[in-house]
Amino acid sequence: MTDLFLRAVFADNLILSFFLGVCTFLAVSKRVETALGLGAAIIVILTITVPVNQLILTWLLAPGAWGWIGAGEVDLTFLRLIAFIGVIAAMVQVLEMVLDRFAPALYAALGIYLPLITVNCAILGGSLFMAERSYGFGESIVFGFGSGLGWALAIVALAAIRERLAYADMPAGLRGLGMTFIVTGLMSMAFTAFATMAAP
Amino acid sequence: MRAALKPLFDPLLRDNPVTVQILGICSALAVTTSMTTALTMSLALTAVLVASSAVISLIRRHIPAQIRLILQITIIAAMVIVADLILQAYAYAISQRLSIFVSLIVTNCIVLGRAEAFAMSNPVGPSILDALGNGVGYSAILMVIAFLRELLGFGTLFGATVFPTVAEGGWYQPFGFMLLAPSAFMLLGLLVWALRSWRVEQVEPATTRVDREEALS
Repeated sequence: MTDLFLRAVFADNLILSFFLGVCTFLAVSKRVETALGLGAAIIVILTITVPVNQLILTWLLAPGAWGWIGAGEVDLTFLRLIAFIGVIAAMVQVLEMVLDRFAPALYAALGIYLPLITVNCAILGGSLFMAERSYGFGESIVFGFGSGLGWALAIVALAAIRERLAYADMPAGLRGLGMTFIVTGLMSMAFTAFATMAAP
Repeated sequence: MRAALKPLFDPLLRDNPVTVQILGICSALAVTTSMTTALTMSLALTAVLVASSAVISLIRRHIPAQIRLILQITIIAAMVIVADLILQAYAYAISQRLSIFVSLIVTNCIVLGRAEAFAMSNPVGPSILDALGNGVGYSAILMVIAFLRELLGFGTLFGATVFPTVAEGGWYQPFGFMLLAPSAFMLLGLLVWALRSWRVEQVEPATTRVDREEALS
């Protein structure tokens, strides 16, 4: 489990080795505070949706899941994409309402980022990886939390670098997007160094 | 005629979805270690984009504004499932190599972006052209990056040897870095730099002098 956690955070980092959620990663990394808020939201949503989707996959969609009503041959795996998206959208909606009711300060801080998370590749990617690697329920929780933490770590680090880059003198064509990609590349190189560390 | 084809040609270079609008980068980087996977992904995305834009544009007058996002995502997801199943049926090996990235077309911002920005407010014909243009613009970036990564990383193109590698008795020492994730980010960064040096109007405005002085004080 520790190994799975470390791999999810560092070696198999969703952004830096699988490029998941790069659009948001580039758009919302101009300031550290917003990056922190978004990172926290991603951690929460991933930790909830990956295990929930695991349960849905095992008990509703997997081949043989309907065996208890005598329909053992039904295989609904092809529906997993729509089911996952639905669960993610619903969870984001629920979390929004819960936060609004019980933690209005945090809700205000996260603002627009909560609804945006629904279309973030990292969230759907987390669930799809869970399905592809057939994680159990416990592993899903660890994997979801670990990948969320890794994603948050990467975006906060990038935001800190970009705040300083604003004052750097660089070729005009490289300003903004170009430089951000190259910095992300360097971060990604640094993270590949963890690959050997987290291996058993 | 030129004006009618504007939605088709604009996204190729002037308003490219990847390098200008910064959309759909996730998959653009992940599948580019070989030209074959990049081409398959490009075809899958273009097909899904054209199909979903056409359908959404066709029913745009009947979609209630409040639930349009959910409807759009459901239509796109259905198209993606079809594309995924077709790939699994006719090109199983490639679909295994593309792993989850075909499914991730659902959350590709290009598809939802074009549906929301263009197909919802335009007739079917222009919507299809716009989708096709954006699909090809996306594909062009993918192919350029995959070309460089496969050629430098393996010495091959579409699996056919171009540079004979040292391991096979040739002269080319493969540049293994090209097969790792960081190289994709850097190549895309350099590509953006190259495009913006050529088309200067795409350069982002600098932080103003006043901002700098305030921050330094």
